[in-house]
Amino acid sequence: MPRNQIDGKFLDETKLKPDMEITSTPKHRHKQSHVLEHTLHGISETLERALFAEEISTRPGLFQSLDPRVKIISVLALLVSVSLSRSLLVIAGIYLLTLIFGLASSISAGFFIKRVWLALPFFTGMIILPALFITPGPALLHLPLGLVITSTGLTTSLFLLLRVSTSVSLTLLLILTTPWNVVLSALTVLHVPDVFILILGMTYRYIYLLLHTANDMFLSRKSRVVGHVDGAEDRRMMAAISGTLLSKSLNMSSEVYLAMQSRGFRGTMITLKPFKMQARDWVWLTIILGVASISVFLGR
Amino acid sequence: MSTTKNTFPIKWLFVYYAGLLVWLSTTAMHIPDGYLSPLTSLVMFLLVMPFWVIGVRKIRMTMNARSVPLIALLAAFSFVIMMFNVPLPGGTTGHAVGAALAAIVLGPEVATIAVSIALIIQAFFFGDGGVLAIGANAFNMAVIIPYVSFAVYQMFSKNMPLTSKRRVIGAAVGGWVGVTVGAFFAGVEFGIQPLLFKSASGAPLYAPFPLSVAVPAMVIPHMLVASVVEGVLTALVVAYLQRSNISVLEAAEKPNLIGETGKSQSLRGLWIGLVVLMVASPLGLLAPGTAWGEWSTQELSKLGLGSVPTGLEKLSGLWGAPLARYNLPVLGNANLGYILSAFVGIGMTALIVWLFALLLTSTTNAKKPN
Repeated sequence: MPRNQIDGKFLDETKLKPDMEITSTPKHRHKQSHVLEHTLHGISETLERALFAEEISTRPGLFQSLDPRVKIISVLALLVSVSLSRSLLVIAGIYLLTLIFGLASSISAGFFIKRVWLALPFFTGMIILPALFITPGPALLHLPLGLVITSTGLTTSLFLLLRVSTSVSLTLLLILTTPWNVVLSALTVLHVPDVFILILGMTYRYIYLLLHTANDMFLSRKSRVVGHVDGAEDRRMMAAISGTLLSKSLNMSSEVYLAMQSRGFRGTMITLKPFKMQARDWVWLTIILGVASISVFLGR
Repeated sequence: MSTTKNTFPIKWLFVYYAGLLVWLSTTAMHIPDGYLSPLTSLVMFLLVMPFWVIGVRKIRMTMNARSVPLIALLAAFSFVIMMFNVPLPGGTTGHAVGAALAAIVLGPEVATIAVSIALIIQAFFFGDGGVLAIGANAFNMAVIIPYVSFAVYQMFSKNMPLTSKRRVIGAAVGGWVGVTVGAFFAGVEFGIQPLLFKSASGAPLYAPFPLSVAVPAMVIPHMLVASVVEGVLTALVVAYLQRSNISVLEAAEKPNLIGETGKSQSLRGLWIGLVVLMVASPLGLLAPGTAWGEWSTQELSKLGLGSVPTGLEKLSGLWGAPLARYNLPVLGNANLGYILSAFVGIGMTALIVWLFALLLTSTTNAKKPN
């Protein structure tokens, strides 16, 4: 399913996408709304991503059909073995495995690779670039300007690049195939206290509310601005919005408390645990733990 | 073996470049998985744990059942504010962590919890920052920034009226210092990786840059951008709250929130800091060189000072420290001796400071009655 279709389905585009037409003089347009647009763009992107994840998690597939507790343990076990490995081949193997899991969970390899590599490992690659040269070790390749690529530098760069991209892919696999509320209730398996899970869930919910509130504040501000606005004014506006948002959050917390209290909340909570381990979950768990232990052993 | 000696002159160009990129990619210092070894991640979790316990206990003490929605909303606020693009004088923009603001409004203990939850949600649901690196990220951003910022803010604004200009200045300096110190810790975490973990051929397995590169690469760009963003935003929001909603600023100052043991609490923070430093002191063992300014005469000649002044050579034998070169021959183990010396040294320093403090408070108490 193409992304814009999802946008159309879930997001009111006029509300979330900053509308360039609103700003008046094209001469100052860029300068005036630079900060606003960046923030608005960031907010709408976050919302969009989360909705996209929800959509993938409803498709049929391998990871979608697994018990969420098994999924969390699998991803954590593989993350740990990637982190422990001292062998590039083992990490590459786990990366390949992650891509295969993605394919089996109706995440196309193209999307998966693009999504992962365009973001973090790309920057990691840029960061690691100097390490190619400054890591002491035997010279591998002489470049002009007296630059020398060392073999240890190359190994190091590959380690970091592969480790980061494999870890990000694994986390993304979990995020994309599991609705957030299910991840939350599955966290009980890690012995995360119930109150903590309640707070996490409420936080997640209110992030969206506050993002919408912030979005509305930015938009209403933007729609009232005509002409050139300088940086100092932009900063003041940003501070006013932050301050208002903080006051709003504090007010809302007492309102939410009253609402919870009136519905019977007395400081304790019960989580519904609707999960039931099936035969395939056990099989999967055994396989993954086996793979993880073998890779830890091989990557020693 | 031809090593990289010939690339040395351009090394600092790369440091700058690396630092710039570290800042660009990990705005607000989110460490992804893969940069830190599992052992480091574990140690960072252990370091954060007591602060989580302190925070939760504090919330329970002061707010009980009310605390659930309060923490949830504040964590959500922390998350949202991390997305704001704050313009700086000169045209650049950056993201704030919001941890300094949270500390000023809630106190550092509660701010730790709110920012930690925001970080956990970023890691688990948005893929920002590593899952295994949550401990390290929480330590740098949810512990260091709030506690340091709050201490600085307090220094400026103790006993000042809520509308005082000094509070705004304190918020600015606090935010700046907090993020800078946080970045320093992140740099140290990166920098100890190549010292601890190497492959058989000597290639670093995790973050590859040594302390001498990683620390300046993290600290300098943050000092110039991210720390400024945090300081500017915190100060402007405090100024805004002074004008529009002063009761929010009051909250952290209220006696029932701070608790009656406010004084001992702030001291306890200091002790925790000391213990952390003591635990961290063995890091010194891993640094290859001698501490700056503590060279022996042989090392001085290696540093390029062809001839050590004879006067200095004579003097070098004059001062024998009680724990010379930080190891006790009795123990037979240099490392153990080093760590023990650290404890003894910090203990002695603490004793002296405590005696001084006792002296000072007794004189001020003596003055008070009139």
